Amino acid sequence: MTNAHAKPTLRVDDVACFFDVSPSWFDRTVMRKPQRTLKAVDGLSFVIPRGTTFSIVGESGCGKSTLARMVVGLYQPTRGTLSFADGSGRDGFVRTQMIFQDPFASLNPRWRVGAIIAEPIKQMALRPSGVETQARVRQLLETVGLSGQDSNRYPHEFSGGQRQRISIARALAAEPEFLVCDEPTSALDVSVQAQILNLLKDLQRELGLTYLFISHNLAAVRHVSDRVAVMYLGRIVEEAATDEIFERPQHPYTRFLLDTVPNLDRPNRDRMQATVDLPSPIDPPPGCAYNPRCPLATDICRTAAPESHPVGGSLVRCHHAIA
Amino acid sequence: MSVETQTTKTPDAPRFARLRAFLDGDLAHGFFRTPSAVISALVLLVIALTAIAAPLLSPQNPYDLTQLYLDKAELPPIWLADGEAPYLLGTDVQGRDIFSAILYGSRISLMIGFASVIVSVLIGITVGLTSGYIGGRLDNFLMRVGDLVLSIPTLLVAILVSAIFRQLLPVSLRDAFTPVILTTSIAITSWVQYARIVRASTMVEARKEYVLAARILQLPSSKIMVSHILPNVMTAVLVTATLNLGLAILAEATLSFLGVGMPVTQPSLGTLIRIGNQYFFSGSWWVVLFPALQLSLIILAVNLLGDWLRDALNPKLR
Repeated sequence: MTNAHAKPTLRVDDVACFFDVSPSWFDRTVMRKPQRTLKAVDGLSFVIPRGTTFSIVGESGCGKSTLARMVVGLYQPTRGTLSFADGSGRDGFVRTQMIFQDPFASLNPRWRVGAIIAEPIKQMALRPSGVETQARVRQLLETVGLSGQDSNRYPHEFSGGQRQRISIARALAAEPEFLVCDEPTSALDVSVQAQILNLLKDLQRELGLTYLFISHNLAAVRHVSDRVAVMYLGRIVEEAATDEIFERPQHPYTRFLLDTVPNLDRPNRDRMQATVDLPSPIDPPPGCAYNPRCPLATDICRTAAPESHPVGGSLVRCHHAIA
Repeated sequence: MSVETQTTKTPDAPRFARLRAFLDGDLAHGFFRTPSAVISALVLLVIALTAIAAPLLSPQNPYDLTQLYLDKAELPPIWLADGEAPYLLGTDVQGRDIFSAILYGSRISLMIGFASVIVSVLIGITVGLTSGYIGGRLDNFLMRVGDLVLSIPTLLVAILVSAIFRQLLPVSLRDAFTPVILTTSIAITSWVQYARIVRASTMVEARKEYVLAARILQLPSSKIMVSHILPNVMTAVLVTATLNLGLAILAEATLSFLGVGMPVTQPSLGTLIRIGNQYFFSGSWWVVLFPALQLSLIILAVNLLGDWLRDALNPKLR
């Protein structure tokens, strides 16, 4: 499906996003409090080829959602560039849409489902008349496995999984080429998660979509991804093809994440414990950001930040991962 | 949510379905089970209808000086010894029928009350949405203006505003514009409350993902505020507006009582109470009592209705 000659859908080059979380001007002047910066994302680089799924995994607060919001244009990167392939969207780039985490907050409770899905069509003038817009809304509802009749109902009449389907229909209404899925299954029951993931995979096959898939659910990531990047405190610590990263994890953090997944064959096994909480991205530890938690940490990890380098088939940011 | 309920609904009659859904809903159900809400709604309805139909119901037009007879002045209510036929609740010192004056006065009081609530809600929604959605320095500026307005006593601002407006207008126009001036001065002092409520709810809604979805579509901010956020913050506004309707009517009555409101030639309830107050100790108690009763009844009904609405729309009290 991937065309080696085509420009990748998205090329992210050394992107960073900082937030100013300083105390007020008064506190800084009178109380001598320092300025503070939250480095939510600090130097990400990766490439998403057309028609593939690139996944980002990592725990809460590692900058996954900030990245998603930069990709869809809600935040401006502080540094670096996001270059999109040419397409039918704004400024001639690929049309990008987003699927959100919380299906109970992502649909306006006062709008009928039909109006919610019709909004992108109307805003982008994708259909010439109201009748055709309505027909397209019904078609989209059927594409995501709901009934065309549902367009007259309100979001509160649906379950979480059905709402996520509506959310997907709204994203598809804009006829996107690139979909950013920000933890699309984390608020759903396990049985429903599989349905939504399979729907996303079917849509990718039928419509040739490219996905940026953000999740902390490793099983979901393995199911849908072509390539996976593990994020820790605003940086990618390991990036590899899906099988590579799950079979031969190189970075100690990746190994730790994989170790936390429950295993039916080995219940109640001894797991590595996270002895230290996630450090604050306002005040990251010196050297390798993972060193306070890392079982392999040595002196060099506490002083020098490791660069990303190839180890086997993976790109790893660790002093102790040697090819 | 089942298939059965889906098929019983006719999708082609959304307007009818909406009415039926409302009557089936919690709000209507709770309303008919709350006697105080039903009674106060009925009382308000009767008062509003009689006020609107005042020219048809009242035996005398209190604005028309040719219909006032000085020999009929200070007649007591009809059931007392000296009472006379069309003057149901007696007359005042100028021969004005109290019943007619109350109907016409309620009309003015309700009109100014409603108008000032509508104007202040409009100002409050505009300021609150802008403040909460745009944020930053604009938010700071607008909220400090609001603080400033709140830091001066309401009545003082209203007296000042109406005094300034009255001085600016030529004498011939003053009486005609008095309702507008009163509406404006009450609205100027009461929009801050709505602005604060709307701002707080807007800040909550603006972070929700449905607003992000609209922003990704590059909808203009004004459209996001009006069509996405506003419908989700209206509940709180509606409750406050109902409760404030009583306050607005009272504010008008107070201004008129103090002599800066409606003139004696077009009396509102407040003006009638002021006139009556002067003759209270000379024995004409009916001139002050009946307008005051009507005013209390309106305020009580509005407040009971507002209390019910606040409880009914508060999800925590369900």
